[in-house]
Parts: sequence; C-alpha cells; structure tokens
Amino acid sequence: MQRIFKALVAALWFMVLCAPIMGLLLLPDGTASFRWQRLAVLGTGIFFASLLWQWYFEKKERGERLFGGKAQAEEPVHRESLLRNKSFQRISLACVCAFMIAMPFIPGINSIYQITIWISALIYVMLALGLNIIVGLAGQLVLGYAAFYAIGAYTYGLLYQFFGLGFWVCLPIAGIVTVLCGLALGFPVLRLRGDYLAIVTLGFGEIVRLVLINWDSVTNGARGVSGIPRPALFGCPMNMQWSTTYLYYMSFLAVVVTIVVITRLKNSRVGLALQAMREDEIASEAMGINLTQVKLTAFALSSAWAGFAGVLFAAKTSFINPSSFTFWESAMMLSMVVLGGMGSILGVTLGALILVLAPEYLRAFADYRMLLFGATMVVMMIFRPQGLVTGERRHYRISALERKGD
Amino acid sequence: MKRFAICAAALVAAVALACPAQAKDTIKIGVPGAHTGGLASYGMPTLNAAKIVSEKVNASGGVLGMKIQLLAEDDQCKNDLASNAATKLISEDADVVMGHICSGPTKVALPYYNKEHIILMSPTATTPSLTAAGVNPMFFRTVAKDDAQAALTSKFILESLKSKKIAYVHDNDEYGKGFADGNKDILEKAGVETVLYEAVTPDAVDFSAISRKLRHAKPDVIVFGGYKDLAGKLIKQFRREKVNCPVVGPDGVKDQAILELGAAAENVYCSYPKDTSTLPLFKEAREAHVKQFGSEPGFGYYNAYAAMLALIHGIEKAGSTDTAKIIEVLHNDPVDTPIGSLTFNANGDAAGMGLSIYTVKDGKFVETEFNITLK
Amino acid sequence: MDLQYFIELLFGGLTRGSIYALIALGYTLVYGIIGLINFAHGEIYMVGAFTALLVAGWLGYIGFPAGGILLVAALAAVAWTAAYGFTLEKVAYKPLRSAPRLSPLISAIGMSIFLQNYVLLAQTSDFVPFPDLVPEMPFLASLGDVMGPTDFLILVVSCTTMLVLVFWIRYTRTGKAMRATAQNRKMAMLLGINADSLISVTFIVGSALAALGGVLIASHMGQINFNIGFLAGMKAFTAAVLGGIGSVPGAVVGGLVLGIAESMTTGYLSGNYEDVLSFCLLILILIFRPDGILGKKQVQKV
Repeated sequence: MQRIFKALVAALWFMVLCAPIMGLLLLPDGTASFRWQRLAVLGTGIFFASLLWQWYFEKKERGERLFGGKAQAEEPVHRESLLRNKSFQRISLACVCAFMIAMPFIPGINSIYQITIWISALIYVMLALGLNIIVGLAGQLVLGYAAFYAIGAYTYGLLYQFFGLGFWVCLPIAGIVTVLCGLALGFPVLRLRGDYLAIVTLGFGEIVRLVLINWDSVTNGARGVSGIPRPALFGCPMNMQWSTTYLYYMSFLAVVVTIVVITRLKNSRVGLALQAMREDEIASEAMGINLTQVKLTAFALSSAWAGFAGVLFAAKTSFINPSSFTFWESAMMLSMVVLGGMGSILGVTLGALILVLAPEYLRAFADYRMLLFGATMVVMMIFRPQGLVTGERRHYRISALERKGD
Repeated sequence: MKRFAICAAALVAAVALACPAQAKDTIKIGVPGAHTGGLASYGMPTLNAAKIVSEKVNASGGVLGMKIQLLAEDDQCKNDLASNAATKLISEDADVVMGHICSGPTKVALPYYNKEHIILMSPTATTPSLTAAGVNPMFFRTVAKDDAQAALTSKFILESLKSKKIAYVHDNDEYGKGFADGNKDILEKAGVETVLYEAVTPDAVDFSAISRKLRHAKPDVIVFGGYKDLAGKLIKQFRREKVNCPVVGPDGVKDQAILELGAAAENVYCSYPKDTSTLPLFKEAREAHVKQFGSEPGFGYYNAYAAMLALIHGIEKAGSTDTAKIIEVLHNDPVDTPIGSLTFNANGDAAGMGLSIYTVKDGKFVETEFNITLK
Repeated sequence: MDLQYFIELLFGGLTRGSIYALIALGYTLVYGIIGLINFAHGEIYMVGAFTALLVAGWLGYIGFPAGGILLVAALAAVAWTAAYGFTLEKVAYKPLRSAPRLSPLISAIGMSIFLQNYVLLAQTSDFVPFPDLVPEMPFLASLGDVMGPTDFLILVVSCTTMLVLVFWIRYTRTGKAMRATAQNRKMAMLLGINADSLISVTFIVGSALAALGGVLIASHMGQINFNIGFLAGMKAFTAAVLGGIGSVPGAVVGGLVLGIAESMTTGYLSGNYEDVLSFCLLILILIFRPDGILGKKQVQKV
C-alpha cells in the first residue's frame, strides 16, 4: 500500500515537473495551448515505472541483508563460470568467426548496406578497444579520444591529397603521427589528477577539431577532404560490392589483430603495470613501477589504435570533415567502453557492436533513437554499473593456504 | 571439434535463403535526408514534398503505368549515416534518389551513386564543387549553388550599395564560409577593401566582442555567411551595439527569425530564388502542403517539389528508368515546376531559375528589382 | 579610442564571464560534494531557458501585465529547474553513489543526451525566439556605450547572486553543513548531518543558478534551441576547472577569466581563435597549477 502511495507521489511529481516543457505549446500566432493528454500518459507511465523501481531496489536491499552478501556473490560467479568455461569460449568464438567470414556470401544479408554498417561497427570496435587500454586498463579518464581518430583519418586524407600516397603507405605513417600526438598530450598531463585529466583531454579534442576547421589552407576546413581511395587488391579495379567486401575483410582482420594484441598486452608486463597503476598509483610506484613511462606508454598505445581506425574510416567514407569528430563521438566511445565493461575485451567489443548496430537495425524508432540511447545509458549504469561483462581480474590460488583452512 | 563443425555447417546452411527476383512493378524513389535530430527542420519539408508529389502522381495513374514508392532514409545530416543510407538505398534498388539535404552527406554519398549509375538530385545541397565539371555525372540540383548567390550579392553590393569597405562574418561552415569567400573573391578583385574577415562560433554565449570590433572597424556593409539563427542573433547584437550598416546574407537568411527582430531587421538584404508565387504550380504546391500538414511549407519544400517533378518528368519522357536516357531528358527537355521552367546544364545545375535580392520592409520580405537568371 | 575599445571588450568579457560563472558554480558545487562531473548541467541550463520562454509565452497569452512577465518567468524557471536538478540527482546519481567512479559519469552523459532529446521531442528542433522583455535603460548611454541593458542586467544579477551564495555558504548553518559534507562525508554523517538532503540542496542550488543563467542568456541572445546547453556547459566546465574545481570562488574567478580572455582574443586577434585559445589557456594553467587557479592542493593519503 505504501508502495502505491509512493508511486502516486512520483507520478504526480513528474507530471508537475514536466508540465511546462511537455505540456505547454506556444503556437506561432501567439496563443498557448496546454496538452493534458501527454501529461496523463506520462503520469501513468511513471506510476508503473516507480512501482518497478521500488520493487527492484527493495529486493536488492533485502537480498543483501538476509543473506549477508553470499547471495550477491553467488549470482555473478555462476554466470561467470559459463563464460569462463574454456571449451564454450572456443566454440562460440569459432562460430562467430565463421559467421563473420561467411557473411558477405550469405544472400539476404550480404547487401552493400549490411556490409557497410558492419564495417562501421568493426571500426568502432577497434576504437573502443583502443580506448579501453587507457580507460579500462590504465584507469585514466580520456574524454577527447575522437581527436586521435581525426588525426589518423586526416593524415591519410591529407597525405593522399598532397602526395598521392596510398592506403598501405599511410597506415603506418598515421600510426606514428598519432602516437607522437598521444605522447605530446601525455607529457603535460602527467601530473594531473583524474578529473583534471578528463577536462584536458576534452580540451585537446576540441582544439584538434577547431584547428581542423580553421586551418583552411591545409585541411580545407569544413569542406573536408574528398576522393580518398579505398585499399586496392594488387591494383585491380573493383566494383562497389567487391570493394566494400574487401574493406570489410580488412576491418575484420584489423579487429582480430587488435583483439590478439590487446589480450597479449593485458597479460604482459606493460599491461599488468597499467592495471596496477589503475588500482593504486602510490602502491604501484612503491613497487617500482615507473609511472611516467607507464602512463606515456598507455597514451601512445591507445592513440595508435585510434589512428589506424581513422585511416580505415577515411577509406570507408572516402570523404572526411571535422563534423565527424566532435565531442559526442568521444562520449560515444567512452560509453562503449564503460557499458561494455571496462577492462574486459569481450564486453567492450559487445558494447561497441550494440551501440553502433542497434540504431541502424532499429531505424523504425528513429525519432526516439537518441532519447532511448540516453535513457539506456542511464538505466544500464543504475542496474549494472560494472558493465555487460565484468573486467576479469586475475585470481591467484595458493593451495597451501587453502588446505590449512581459513 | 565436432561441435564446431555442426555449428559452422548450420550457419552456412542459411545460404538456402536466396531472395527471389522480383519483376519490376514500382518506381522506387529514394529520399534520404535529415528526418530526425537537430537538423530535421531542414530535411522534413523535402520529405513532405516527396510524399505530396508521389501521392498526386499515383492518384492519376503513376509513372509509365507503375506506382511510385518512396524509400525514406534518415541520415541526420551526418557523414557516416549518409553512407549507410546511400548503401541502403542502393541495396533496395532505388531507381532515382532525391536528396541528400546537407552538403557533407551529399559528398559522402555521391561516389556510391556515381559508381552504381543512380541519379541523385538534391533540392538543398549548395556546395559549388558538387557540380564541378565532370566530377559527378550523376548529380543534379534544383537549387542555386553558393557561388551563384555570391555573384548576385557581390554585384548588388558593387552596383546598388556602392560600398567601399566590407566586413565578412561567417560561421566556418561550408555554406556560410563558401558564401563569404565567394563574395570576397569578387569584391576584392573589384577593388573593395576588406576591413574584417572572421568566423564566429554559432552557439556562443555572447557576440558583443565581434560586434564591438565591427563597430570600431566601421564597414559600409557586412557580408554574413551562415544560417538564419546565427543571422538573427548577430543582427540583434549588431543593432544593439549601434552597428547599423546594411547586412547582406545568403538565402538561408530569408526566414521568419529575421522578421522577428522587428526594427533591427531594417537594412538586411539576402539573395533568394525569384518570387514565383504567382505561378499556378507554386500555388498548387503550397495549398497541398497546407491541406495535408496544416502549416506553411518549410525550408527547401519548393525545391524538393521541383526535383520530384523533374525526376518524374525525366522517367516519363525517357520511357524507362534507364539512367542515360533520363539524363538526356533532364539536359534537354524543360519541365514546369513551382520555381520556374527548368532544364539542367551539362554540370547538373538547374538552368532557368531566377535569383533576386530581397530586403525587409514593414516587417515583411520584399523583392527588389535586382535579379539574375541562372543558366 | 583604444582605451574605450579595451573597456568595451572588458565589459563584454565580464558579461560572458558572468554567465559562465553562474553555470560553473553548479559544476563546482556538485563536484565538491560528491566528486561527480555533472555532464547534464549544461542541459539544466537549457531547460531553465526553455521553461522561462514557455512561461513567458503563456503569461503573454493570458494577458499578464508586461512589466512583470520577465520576473515571474524567471522565478518559474528557477523553481522548475531546481526541481529538475533534484529529480536528476535522485534518479541518475543517487543509486550510483557506491558504484565505480566512471559509472555516474556515463549516467550523466546519458542524462545529458536524454534531456536534450526530451526537449527536442517535446518542443521543437528549431530555434525559438525569446521575447524582448528587458526594459530600456537610457542611463547606460551616459556610460559611453560600454554595455547594453541586457549586459547590465546580467552583471547585476550575477554579482548579487554570487555574493548571496558566498555569504550563504560561509555563514549559514546549511552552508557550513555543505562544506562539512564536501570535506568528509562520513564524518559529517557521524556528526548528525543528513548527507542525502544536503546533496539534494546542492543540486537544487546549482540548478537554480544555471536556470538564472539560462534566462539571462535567453534575453540577451533573443533565441534559444535545445542545443545551447552543450557549448555553454563545456565552456563553463572549463571555467570551473580553470578556477579550481570544488572551490566556489574558483568557479567565479575561472568564469570571469575565461570570459575576458575570449573577449580579448576576439577583439585583438580574431574571432576564429576564440575557442581554441580558451582550451589552450586551460591546458597552460593546468600545467603550471595542476589544481586550477584557486584550487586547493590535494594531498593524497596513502
């Protein structure tokens, strides 16, 4: 009964709250009308949402108190055990790979459109994985990642425009240029605490974008760089379908390489140092980790991946201009990492795929697309703040200790 | 290993779902543009025009005996989404495409249409480079490109306003900067002095700095490049800072937002297509919109209406959806539209459109005698 | 003439800076008390502007005396926006108090997107004109055209508000409780302070300030749009960090410094560099003073 009362209060509160913006409509001829129906619908919706909300949080609280933490721990472990099962992992991985490789040949889903959006998705997976290095593994909040993406794309675009260099030549060059920029950003921010670092990277992202817009003579400003060629297969010309498919395989290969490299990185000395730094800077410094070196390495590696992704992007759309590299892109990439589960490669990949493909497949909801997107982010964080897949932590089992009993 | 084989086999077995080939029974016209998001008010009127024209034509028997089917795809004026929209339309076998709305997406999408030999006719993309000679053989447009507008306004500034010192303010976007640069090139060659050439951020919180800078620079005329909202904000601050010289802008400036400024809107000039509101087709187009949507048509509506008519006319006269034949018709056969009788020149621009200078008088936009006709 | 120009630019910068400061205060208060960068704050500012517009339009329609419309609309905007801020905290941030650091941040970004699109869908994506409600002030002409009526209004209102806020935080019980909670929440709770309600108060105050900024800017610019929160929010956030995030005088100083710097850049260099310079200034200041201009040195406890 008390719950219903609370829900009623919530519904009424929201109705009053949203009265001006949802309820009032000013018509161009100077009249104002009040839209009761909208508010009524809102009220009903909030009523039921509130009941659900209360039920969920009460359950959460009760669960903790009654079972003293055991119930909380049991659930994730059980789910994790399925994911951790090695043979399950290998089989599903193989299935997915086979599907991805075969996709351009399966009629019904091998239209240029499908392949194109998958290329988009794969590029974002690369970006999310790259961002994961610095946000997920190293724990440094970077809000201007799109800047490196832009630098990579423009390196290819401008090198093509001024020197006629091709895709394969520009790919490593873009990587090097982006790494240099990453280091250039890394040096001044070494001393900054987490949130200051965030705003500086945000500022860096904006500076890069503004320079691209204003430095007309070199970057063509808002007009952008067009006619960027796609990678060629030994110089033979391809029609639309084949060149798209070729680019798709390239992106797929790039993502596979990325996943392999980052997995190895995670378990290497550098990766462990990054994770130690994320957990506790002072403790890791006390253990002998050179923070400066590690932070710079993180910046460098992370930005390199954005550079490669940028080159792929430039090849995919054949035209780049600064409006593709705004803060919202950076925010999207950050969301992919956090929603997917920081530090977890599988989670981040899933996060990227969902956030890129869902708006495409849900084109029917186009009007409400961004609204749902924002709401989903909030809801996901409230109900599962650790992300889709929890970043795995290494467990060390010391059998000697276990045998003696706790 | 066995499980893997079964898995893989199951997936590959999905090959059996081949799409049956369909006999052609509709004319598919793609309508990509900004249908949602912040720029929807620029893209929706085009979609409305497409709907109205296709319904009208379908009601009287369709084109070549076939009904028109509209394929609307949203690209939110974003480049990445535009390439997705273009590939979707190609995959769905669009015969001709009317769109995109913004210049960036049009540039991204054109290589796809060029390669697949699908005609793209834009009602609102005004970047000159799109119709540079021979670059985009599939591209046409029913709107005056930016340098045509610049040619008109610079002529107006030289001959009518007779200015000696000019300030240029733009928003760094292709449309706005393109217009400002177009004017600047012509005017500087004619010996007019540039006292200021700067960009402003459209969303900025305050424009007093640039206004005061302008006041101290004392130009005879300010050339503004950008859209109506920035124009409104800037002109309001200009007048408040006592910068009262004439302001000349592109067609994006002709909007209610400027009239709302009241007295501040005096001395504002803009280029805009010649007033064709006396043409019967124009009246018909307007009435149809008011009847169906209950409001005045928005940005680009008449251009889009004209584009639809041109495309349909092209298909009819060509007798098929063969791209080469349609292009032939578009180049040579004039079509009656709400914005005049049009053909398309070799580069794809609409010939036969008129552009005039408009000014604000008594709270309304009034056409002046100054005009040109595009070839 | 040059001095005149300089003073004009200075005052223009002060106008701009006051708006940044009003919004930056919201960022800094929230950060001080729960350590969260409230990304949705820019949208709160936008909601304030829209509420004022809608209420003003409605009042005009029902024939309210013209002189009082601005005041009533501003009060309504402040009230409703404060409620939005309160609700925002309860829905999107409170459940995440004990979550990992980045989760409330993503939630904030999500709410930012949600609020933008909420206003977009509920109202319109187009720019909406804001009625000219500020009375003419002929006495300003005698000051040599240094500022217009809306500039004057912005300066007066912001100064008063900021003074009241500083006074309130320093001398009233609630203000002291807020500072205590910001310093050490657990200790404050042990001493009997209701941290939850104080956090709500912080959000309410921050949002009210942002709403005021929204109303002032709407009068100043003459137009609003669902998108205005983004750039203003980003600049204000930069200002807050510039001044030292978590410090109330820091937010004010940061806002004014940023505003004046931008104005001078446009006035003496070029409008093109206005934004780039703001961010470069931020990076420069943070290199030499990593905690901001007035930020307190953070001692990291091991």
